[in-house]
Amino acid sequence: MKVFEKTKMLTDAHMHYCPGCTHGIVHRILAESIEELGLEEKCIGIAPVGCAVFAYNYFNCDMQEAAHGRAPAVATGIKRCLPDRTVFVYQGDGDLASIGMAETVHAAARGEKFTVIFINNSIYGMTGGQMAPTTLVGQKATTCQSGRDPAVNGYPIRICELLATLDAPYYIERVSTQDVKHVLAAKKAIKKALKFQSEGRGYTFIEVLVSCPTNWHMQPVEALRFMAEECTKTFPLGVFRDKSQEEGNAHA
Amino acid sequence: MSKILLHGTEAICEGALRNGCRAFFGYPITPQNEVPEYMSVKMPQLGGVFVQAESEVAAINMVYGAAGAGVRAMTSSSSPGVSLKQEGISYVACARIPCVIVNVMRAGPGLGGIQPAQGDYFQATKGGGHGDYHLIVLAPSSVQEACDFTYQAFDLSDKYRVPAMILADGMIGQLMEPVELPPVRSLADIPKKEWATDGRFGEKRRVLNSLLIEPDVLEPHVNALAATYEEIKKNEARCERYKTEDAEIVLTAYGTVARICKSAADHLREQGIKAGCIRPITVFPFPEREYAAVAAQPQVKALLDVELSLGQMVEDVRLSVAGKKPVFFYGRTGGNVPSEEEIVEQAKKALASAKEGV
Repeated sequence: MKVFEKTKMLTDAHMHYCPGCTHGIVHRILAESIEELGLEEKCIGIAPVGCAVFAYNYFNCDMQEAAHGRAPAVATGIKRCLPDRTVFVYQGDGDLASIGMAETVHAAARGEKFTVIFINNSIYGMTGGQMAPTTLVGQKATTCQSGRDPAVNGYPIRICELLATLDAPYYIERVSTQDVKHVLAAKKAIKKALKFQSEGRGYTFIEVLVSCPTNWHMQPVEALRFMAEECTKTFPLGVFRDKSQEEGNAHA
Repeated sequence: MSKILLHGTEAICEGALRNGCRAFFGYPITPQNEVPEYMSVKMPQLGGVFVQAESEVAAINMVYGAAGAGVRAMTSSSSPGVSLKQEGISYVACARIPCVIVNVMRAGPGLGGIQPAQGDYFQATKGGGHGDYHLIVLAPSSVQEACDFTYQAFDLSDKYRVPAMILADGMIGQLMEPVELPPVRSLADIPKKEWATDGRFGEKRRVLNSLLIEPDVLEPHVNALAATYEEIKKNEARCERYKTEDAEIVLTAYGTVARICKSAADHLREQGIKAGCIRPITVFPFPEREYAAVAAQPQVKALLDVELSLGQMVEDVRLSVAGKKPVFFYGRTGGNVPSEEEIVEQAKKALASAKEGV
């Protein structure tokens, strides 16, 4: 009897992520969702610059690697030309919410019909722990070593809330990877977003809270607790837009 | 075939559309606004894609995505906007994504002015963005050429998997001239791109990428690009020679200025001075051999390079001439275009200096 099988949407490449990082979990639930919806053959993914830069080695589909922050523009080019394909964008907080903010907001405002997976770990991981646009107030980073001071560094940006001010987005949800229950909920949200995309409904955006034990200088379990107790205070979980509900017909 | 009167920017669009361009991404900037305007009307009629991007940066990255998915894609801008595109151009060059970028040059640096200029020659021909790369760069000198070269740019770019640029100036972009339009190419006639990321559909998956983090992987990739550029230099360098067979003074220029130089050469001949012209059609690859051949002609006393810049192409002219003959330079900037009379005077001065051995 087959008890478990790794999704075919992930390659056998060794992932480079640090121990305790939850990027790998998000890769898996995203890959499983694509496979379960039968979208893997017509899927095109966009990798960002940041910790997930090597995502093109891990997802077993056609992939393009974008310049820093430009993934939504790249995805726009693909999806507009090939509207029947499934296009997903995988970006971290520096990529999406800092250098790529213009591309993010405008793709959402145009209602581009692809799915954005936004990995929020409140830090620049790949470059060694600098302050991100999502770094919490008081949280230490290598470029704010005494902790983020709003008087100097301003406040973290809540992307789901910001995008929810726009008319076009179809589905916006923030989920977390703090424990199994939340991981399962995250998968459900991702699958729902991809399904909406496959039905041509509109722009879908899932923000996933992820831990960074390395740059948070915490043990993995402690980092998950920090995510659950601290990150969710600034970044509350929930659905910020679901037009399928507004339309009065739940398709999920 | 009959000719129709076309605006330079419209000619660029028709050249693209008639050779299978089905995705255009642009952002408003003078003096090329008629390109996105024309494309916004024509693309939907042809089942193609038009998006007015939020920035030049986004526009070139939309080209990356669309062209990477196998569609013939183009973006257009003018000097400051093309500077913004340089990041994306470096990425398409490294990932070997064929596409066409149009630069209708205006005066710089900075925000500069909106009148014609040629100050982006270095940027266009020497790379422009970061890293070792080149584009195939065609410089039209008439509205007909703006159409034809844009048409040809798509084939050249696909053939070598090297992005191509149309380097026009504001004068060519804003001129109206009679044009014989090339025939419409059927999309089925364009070779399929096996490397394109358009969904694997049972085949081996494809990746388009410009990150090659291992030095021993990146170096061979850069060397392969360089080998392609050598092929392009060997096969694709083009220029036009005008009355150089017996010329003592050879004027050289590209784009708008080349037209004025031809008139100046005729004017000089009316005054009994044997003048000719040579103009590059491709500014990358620069037609080095043709320049060397002209300079080697015994009766040629000097060359005069004329540009709408402080002297950029003149460096390639001097490299090609390699000291065989003196190369003089005359340039105007700020959006000013030299008159025929100015060039005639400069040519006489150059010839006199050359004869005195200065």
